[in-house]
Amino acid sequence: MKDEITSRDDRVANLKGMGCSRKRVEDARFTQGKGNYVDDIKLDGMLFGDFVRSPYAHARIKSVNSEAALKVPGVLAVLTAEDLAPLGLHWMPTLAGDKQMVLADGKVLFQGQEVAFVVAEDRYAAADGIEAVEVEYEELPVIVDPFKSLESDVVLREDTVDENGKATDGAHGPRKHPNHIFTWEVGEKDATEQVIDEADVVATETMYYHRTHPCPLETCGSVASMDKVNGKLTLWGTFQAPHAIRTIVSLISGLEEHNIRVISPDIGGGFGNKVGAYPGYVCSVVASIVTGRPVKWIEDRMDNLMTTAFARDYWMTGKISATKEGKITGLHCNVTADHGGFDACADPTKFPAGFMNICTGSYDIPTAYLAVDGVYTNKAPGGVSYRCSFRVTEAVYFIERMIEVLAIELNMDAAELRRINFIKKDQFPYQSALGWEYDSGDYHTAWDKALKTVDYDGLRAEQAERVEAFKRGETRKIMGIGLSFFTEIVGAGPVKNCDILGLGMFDSCEIRIHPTGSAIARLGTISQGQGHATTFAQILASEIGLPADSITVEEGDTDTAPYGLGTYGSRSTPVAGAATAMAGRKIRAKAQMIAAYLLEVHDDDVEFDVDRFVVKGAPERFKTMKEIAFAAYNQAIPGIEPGLEAVSYYDPPNMTYPFGAYICVMDIDVDTGVTDIRRFYALDDCGTRINPMIIEGQVHGGLTEALAVALGQEIAYDDQGNVKTGTLMDFFLPTAWEVPNYETDHTVTPSPHHPIGAKGVGESPHVGGVPCFSNAVQDAFRPFGLRHTNMPHDHWRIWKTANSLGMHD
Amino acid sequence: MSKKMHISLTVNGKQEEFLAEPRELLIYTLRERLNITGPHIGCETSHCGACTVTIDGKSVKACTMFVAQADGADVTTIEGLGNPDSLHPLQEAFKEHHGLQCGYCTPGMITRAAKLLEENPNPTEDEIRFGMAGNLCRCTGYQNIVKSIRAAATEMNAAKEAAE
Repeated sequence: MKDEITSRDDRVANLKGMGCSRKRVEDARFTQGKGNYVDDIKLDGMLFGDFVRSPYAHARIKSVNSEAALKVPGVLAVLTAEDLAPLGLHWMPTLAGDKQMVLADGKVLFQGQEVAFVVAEDRYAAADGIEAVEVEYEELPVIVDPFKSLESDVVLREDTVDENGKATDGAHGPRKHPNHIFTWEVGEKDATEQVIDEADVVATETMYYHRTHPCPLETCGSVASMDKVNGKLTLWGTFQAPHAIRTIVSLISGLEEHNIRVISPDIGGGFGNKVGAYPGYVCSVVASIVTGRPVKWIEDRMDNLMTTAFARDYWMTGKISATKEGKITGLHCNVTADHGGFDACADPTKFPAGFMNICTGSYDIPTAYLAVDGVYTNKAPGGVSYRCSFRVTEAVYFIERMIEVLAIELNMDAAELRRINFIKKDQFPYQSALGWEYDSGDYHTAWDKALKTVDYDGLRAEQAERVEAFKRGETRKIMGIGLSFFTEIVGAGPVKNCDILGLGMFDSCEIRIHPTGSAIARLGTISQGQGHATTFAQILASEIGLPADSITVEEGDTDTAPYGLGTYGSRSTPVAGAATAMAGRKIRAKAQMIAAYLLEVHDDDVEFDVDRFVVKGAPERFKTMKEIAFAAYNQAIPGIEPGLEAVSYYDPPNMTYPFGAYICVMDIDVDTGVTDIRRFYALDDCGTRINPMIIEGQVHGGLTEALAVALGQEIAYDDQGNVKTGTLMDFFLPTAWEVPNYETDHTVTPSPHHPIGAKGVGESPHVGGVPCFSNAVQDAFRPFGLRHTNMPHDHWRIWKTANSLGMHD
Repeated sequence: MSKKMHISLTVNGKQEEFLAEPRELLIYTLRERLNITGPHIGCETSHCGACTVTIDGKSVKACTMFVAQADGADVTTIEGLGNPDSLHPLQEAFKEHHGLQCGYCTPGMITRAAKLLEENPNPTEDEIRFGMAGNLCRCTGYQNIVKSIRAAATEMNAAKEAAE
């Protein structure tokens, strides 16, 4: 066969493989309104279910009366805990080893909790039915403060005490108090305390990382369809981990796993919100079984913000010690974590506080200790990783604030303090004091590039001038330089220590090459906007030498895709991307044998070159992958099975450790508290870069979510447990008007253990961005005496900070 | 249940007539009654703009308008802007400049942008950012959306000039 493209460069370009900014294959349908999200699914006879929710944060339920509701036209059924109890479905397991009420079983523990599920012909009838359900509540004392919870006589969860009222053991060990969930300790307590006691300089700070919410634009929802004829259940939903959902549904429903098909259609953003299992999913399934008709459940925005998947809510106290010269000697971190009414954190089982023990950051800290206490309160359950790997945003915020506070204590420049404490390039693989092995990094190069690009010294000089001008009364605007250097830990994870509900956190890829040289690849992950169909085809194109445009990537259907743990914690590229490359290599290995047979040489005498196998030393003798694919289906090759397929289940040997250097320049009007981001520079090192266009897009988006969290976004409660931020009127999502243009940059330090050296990038900008925005605000006030103030830095809080520093006098 | 009303409206050039309860929201009509699922529901409070459509020449959030209020109106959704054989320049530009990720805000975003470019065919970056502030996106950070709209404006102006 004559090869039409002759130059090697043209052949490489034709593949649209790794490293090129391939346009996204997903976009045609989305730009034409032809996406297929869960609420777009319509089935014959489909019903709509919705919840009666508790107006109280803590109450006993005296009665639920559905009589009137069942008379409402269009209402078919009202499910309560009583209906679910005989099936054992009134409670369900959480991902954190706890259990959660599906429907209120005698009491409610947070405002908005699911009390009854009304099933009706359509949304309007369901809403009418909800109005008509009569629930009698007896209010109980409300606890919204985790510290008070640990001292309270009020026992929130009756299943945490024995018959004598004594606290029983939880999923992660003994409880200190009935409202206590776990204590998790890492590192050397005594040694760390000793180092800190003996240090030249110690900085101590307590900070609250406020409760917030991932708030994807599409809320959560599901459609369940029980086919009683065939005994098969199909469940569509907003699932970031469809295979895990199938296993959970099987475990709690008793249906065998092969009779359950879970499908994640297009997902309108996830950011961690769609990892967990929610009562709505369970109720849609039960309602479909009860009615024999498909049942849809879709959250509205208030339901979403009030009940599914909060993030953060960590009270963190740190002590950091150093020599007079600024070399850090020890780090001590104590966390009180507010988990709400149920422990529904989405963390690997052995890590009840996620990877919070990455809190030594990018620094060579010889001695460290971390203790986290999880606590129940009358707030919504969740504790998900909002655009970050498990609790990594909290960890990075903590260390990046501690560095700033230490810089104040040392009266030292914070950029220089970072530089002298970075883990050095030749220290990788680096064993951290809290138990991680950082795979690779070159922090000094990245930091120097960042500081030079923004002219850091020039900015500091300008800031000093501005301080003087402010003091002279010539301006009311101060200037902050926010610094952040982060190291993430993503790609969970090695099966030896990472599982969720006992399911190892490997991932998978299955490839079928078609006879004419195109292919389909299926993965255990699911895109929520990351562009997997585009980038995974690029990985494969480079690995198997067929054009990315000829490779379909499919995810999200458990009947067709191989088992995998899904997409969150930046694990798709590190784990499923690795599986993709490895499956591709299996294809290539077989292709090599076929090529050698066709070229009548020994296997070892051919080598892979872009899109073909070439006889070594005779480049004019070759077989293209397209030709090899055809031969795999039409030639009887001795000793080789027909066909060209491969599957790989990849158990990563380690996590990956992306890093980056961010700098934000901000002006603040001290009289209005209004912040103006003048410049934001983001350097990311995510290892090998698969698609620069998509990386850049991920960085823009992650930074914007970071801006939101740092500057205003929160889930706030009053002391009666009422959610004060239940709509987008109160819950801050930045608009185009509030968001700056970002400058993106990169260095490339491949992961040594990943087949293509890629580390993952989707969450870096959020993880690194939050402390950067926060540090910019705090840095602006540092010359006026500020040491630390908590996020979110909305205009009102900034005004209060200025006021408390006497800047309005 | 209140008495149903007779509603007649044009959606993407097609005449539609039906009976609807007074409380029926336009987004419900479009998505559930007419199977036009391009416009999405994101907030139900007019903040996010995922449901943006054009009604009689104005950008409207269909989640907070009763269909009765749209009686007799001319409604255009993303489905009416272009078709697979002839995409709207904004649809092309969003693909070209990575102006979308999860795609959930995209139909509303492009529908609003199309109206913005009708009102102001050559907007500055600030005018785009201000004019698009009623449409939220959680994925892109807006930078590439602004770029896409700017690129579409340039493209549309060049096409107009060539035609003149």
